Amino acid sequence: MNQSRWDALTARQPAMFALILLVLSIVINFILQPNMFARETLNSNMRVFLPIILMAVGQAIVILGGGIDISVGSISSIVNTVLATRVGLDGSPERMWQFVFFSLLIGLLAGAINGFFISFLRLQPIITTYATSFLYAGFALFILPNPGGGIPASVASFYRNSTPLNLPLAFYVIALVLLIWLYISSTRYGKFLYAVGGKAEAAYETAVPVTQTQFMTYVISGLMAALSGIAITMLSGSGNADIGGPMTLNSITAVVIGGNALSGGVGGVTGPVMGAITLGIIQNIISFAHIDTWWETFVKAVIIVVALAAPGVVNLFRRRA
Amino acid sequence: MKRISISPPVAALILAVILFVLSGLLPNGFGSDMDVARAQATNIVRLAVFLGVIAAGQTLVIISGSEGIDLSAGSVVTLTAILAYIIVNGVDSRVLPALLIALAVGALVGLVNGVGITFLKISPFVMTLGMSGVVTGAIIVLTHGNVTGKVSPLMTRLIARPLSPALQIPNAIIIWILFGLLLWLLLERTAFGKNLFAIGVNRVTARLSGVNVTAMNLATYALAGALAGFGGFLLVGNTGVVHLQLGQPFLFPSIAAVAVGGTLLSGGKGSYWGTMAGAIVLTLITSLLTTMQMPESVRRMVLGGTLLVLISIYGRQRALRQ
Repeated sequence: MNQSRWDALTARQPAMFALILLVLSIVINFILQPNMFARETLNSNMRVFLPIILMAVGQAIVILGGGIDISVGSISSIVNTVLATRVGLDGSPERMWQFVFFSLLIGLLAGAINGFFISFLRLQPIITTYATSFLYAGFALFILPNPGGGIPASVASFYRNSTPLNLPLAFYVIALVLLIWLYISSTRYGKFLYAVGGKAEAAYETAVPVTQTQFMTYVISGLMAALSGIAITMLSGSGNADIGGPMTLNSITAVVIGGNALSGGVGGVTGPVMGAITLGIIQNIISFAHIDTWWETFVKAVIIVVALAAPGVVNLFRRRA
Repeated sequence: MKRISISPPVAALILAVILFVLSGLLPNGFGSDMDVARAQATNIVRLAVFLGVIAAGQTLVIISGSEGIDLSAGSVVTLTAILAYIIVNGVDSRVLPALLIALAVGALVGLVNGVGITFLKISPFVMTLGMSGVVTGAIIVLTHGNVTGKVSPLMTRLIARPLSPALQIPNAIIIWILFGLLLWLLLERTAFGKNLFAIGVNRVTARLSGVNVTAMNLATYALAGALAGFGGFLLVGNTGVVHLQLGQPFLFPSIAAVAVGGTLLSGGKGSYWGTMAGAIVLTLITSLLTTMQMPESVRRMVLGGTLLVLISIYGRQRALRQ
């Protein structure tokens, strides 16, 4: 009886494991860092997590639709370099917001290029976005060959220090994103997304606009990567053409820890958001556990592999029982 | 209507030759000096050997299908290169043990990948990505950031030097040709190869026709790890120095080489000849961009653009309507 209940739970709620992991990591973090929920600490953690959370949301939607996007980090880098060079440290906040809008257009365009090659020309997603990741990373480096530039201090401090109602700004952004996802998943597009990710051929047979649905996932992912780039620019306050690159693979790990199947059609966006927060907290735990510096990378990687393996281990034992 | 079709490996090779001839016309190209041209061509193929060997394991896991991919290849290359470097430490008699250990360690990492993917149902992309982190972490723990060791004269003699002064072809290229022959035999003339393509096309039908899919999957990932280990051994023999980022730059190019060589990334169809051609094309483009003294930004953009064009030519998937 117990077993079938577990089955039903994990089938209906792919994010169940992500929630368990998140709670577990929060508890461990709280033990190591008792002031974790103090307003300042919470805010400083969340503002660091937000860029990867936003990126993971876009990645989650692409993966739901059966694709993958290796170029998201490079898109963030473009946005970062554009903001840092075109606004500048002494730019006015108005100019900043203009270029924030412009950055979103860049994200849409970069995503549309990915989507065009993948859904209209039917190229393989992983290698296509790998190729465009070079295009975009090269473009970012072209805009800003050496790290530098910046954004007005007032904008950076708005991002870093705003805590409306004593809650970090990031919470409001995440809530907004989840609300929008809730709406999208209830629309026809949401249904199409799961259909295409589950089995594109079958979806096509039942008159689902597969090409357009896939195309849109890359556009959304480009937009989210741009938002992530804006967030990381406000966080760091300066420009660096290689800032986004390392985030790409983390965003994919976050999505999988969040319970989405990499083959598409299973999961949601809430799980990946939790996955991204979990990844950040793991990093926190490692720095607070005073692990020998040489061991940090190893311990972190092992924790991630164990987290990935955990659902499989549970299923393995259940089948035996 | 009959369409003219050239097989991807041949197309990639033709492209490589055209690019190479065009590169001769550059201001600092070889022009009409045939000796320089031969030396340059040999050098590019020699550089392609390492990418080619590292991409061999990648070819196998990609052919095996079910989103097969090995993102741990780069860090395995670094690990085995460092191990070989430490173990050999300038002594010729330790070369063989070092090679065997490199292969074994690679196979072990590959086996762990295989176990995670087969039994714990973790998708290959994240499993091998996670293992890549574990291996990188292990390297840091093992070396504490600095490595002391030395390659031995025998290794340099076997890998970096030519076979004889008369024949100016580095041994690495000869090793690669033999290696390519072995992989061709493995893929086309053995039961393992037949089963590999079978599980790549469709795992269910393969299992129903008597293929042990679980064992095949484990063996493929272990073998891929061992081949990456061999790549690490070759690489250190050629360069003679190691550093902590030695293998990582080969990771994504190894996947690109497989794709450019016409192997379907969804599995079930491909060849190692294609990957070899792909490795040569990619190495050629990279070294061309370096000789043309382009800034890093332009180099990245041209590389991305070329890759996009290459896969647009023959990397397209079946249309939905079919």
